[in-house]
Amino acid sequence: MIKFTNVFKAFPKGGLALKDVSFHIAKGEFVFLTGHSGAGKSTVLKLIYAEEPVTSGEVRVSGFNAAELRPRDVPMLRRRLGIVFQDFRLLEDRTADENVAFALEVTGARRSSIPARVMRVLTQVGLAAKAQAYPRELSGGEQQRVAIARALVNEPTVLLADEPTGNLDERATRGVFQLLRDINASGTAVVMATHDLDLVRQAPYRVIELQEGALVYDSAVDEPREAASP
Amino acid sequence: MNLTVRESLIAFRRAPLLSALSVTTIAFSLFVVGLFGLVAVNLQHALQDVAERVEIVAYLLPGTPIESITLAEKDIEAFPEVQSAAYVSEDSALARAHAELVEFRDVLQELERNPLPASIEVKLKPRFRDVDHVNEVADRLRGFGFVDDVRFGRDWVEKLDRLRGIAAAVGLVVGAAFAVVAIIIIGTTIRMAVLQRSREIAIMRLVGATNGFIRRPFLLQGAIKGMLGGLVAIGLSYGAYTLINRWLIHAAFFSKEQAVAIVGFGTLIGLFGSAASVGRHLRRV
Repeated sequence: MIKFTNVFKAFPKGGLALKDVSFHIAKGEFVFLTGHSGAGKSTVLKLIYAEEPVTSGEVRVSGFNAAELRPRDVPMLRRRLGIVFQDFRLLEDRTADENVAFALEVTGARRSSIPARVMRVLTQVGLAAKAQAYPRELSGGEQQRVAIARALVNEPTVLLADEPTGNLDERATRGVFQLLRDINASGTAVVMATHDLDLVRQAPYRVIELQEGALVYDSAVDEPREAASP
Repeated sequence: MNLTVRESLIAFRRAPLLSALSVTTIAFSLFVVGLFGLVAVNLQHALQDVAERVEIVAYLLPGTPIESITLAEKDIEAFPEVQSAAYVSEDSALARAHAELVEFRDVLQELERNPLPASIEVKLKPRFRDVDHVNEVADRLRGFGFVDDVRFGRDWVEKLDRLRGIAAAVGLVVGAAFAVVAIIIIGTTIRMAVLQRSREIAIMRLVGATNGFIRRPFLLQGAIKGMLGGLVAIGLSYGAYTLINRWLIHAAFFSKEQAVAIVGFGTLIGLFGSAASVGRHLRRV
């Protein structure tokens, strides 16, 4: 479903962000993308959601080939993905349910269907009671749940999460991680970039590790190892 | 309500200060253009009034039979350039001199014989009131056998021609400069509105909104701001016009069509300014 074949990505000012990266992520998988900051985790995610073009190699995502992607295909690709960031990226002047509804409105969902769909995902992330709250009235963990609800409301096949727990305390981290596991359990693939090795050790999921732009370890291919090196 | 319309109106509510600032900027930019337009309109009126006076007079030889004159009058009126041709007899010329030249009334009274010749006064259609056409018609009038002399204010017509040329050139250059300045200022304010919402635009792109969808509320909003700015500019111009009229000189205001054109211009600037700003923003991110 997500397939990287010998992918290179050059920085605009020279140097390589990704060097010869190949992997395949199947439907419904949960994958940790680990490595130091600057190792290329975010770049991998950006190539997946077509925020940046591939320099060479092939990226295929849910039937789209990144190299052949026309600008007007990008929105269609993103409607099949849910994306979550460390900094939540909520609209401060809209309530939780308006933030979630926004994702449906701007993709042209039928208006009458929106309130029910919004309530369903807010319930799924455990925030139904705070639907009318503004982001500033919510804790970090709750804001991330709203962001996850927004990512889920278009029923994506993959959820991309870039350091989703990076701004959260330990308790909120556990809650959000559990939520991502539940989402994965109901069939959505999750690709989670993180450098929180405690989280990685907690769960039996596949780990892809990057180091200075190169893929140095993939638990689906390589021998299992006791502890991740970084 | 349509989502595009709703999002455009919401933007006014969310950023009332910036919206008001945009409208005010557009209004004042257009007001400057409008003031200049008022000057141009009034200059044009004044020149038209002066041009009204462009007249060619063909003096007739004494004793020309009235039948020939009537025929000639018909002929002259049939010239494509001519608006009207009027016969003035010796007697009516004298009567007119009596009425107009009050200081010479005594002199005129004492005349034994009417010294004034009969004439045909020819008025040209407005678009022919320039040196070339006036000369041409005068030459043709000289061709009539009973025409003694043809007179028109040559210097006057030439000056008028030059004045019209200068007015048109200055109007075009200054008007274009003002319009360009207005477009730049308005473009900048709209760009600010787009930048203010760049976060929102980024999120829209992230969740899969098409560029067209992102663009539409901005276009509508820009057009509304431009239209409001245009209306305010007309109001300001009307205020200025009222003051000028009361305290300075009698002036003319825009015709309804010109006023609509100014508002339309504002709307178009708002629309295209937004299109350019959003387009640039969408290409960049």
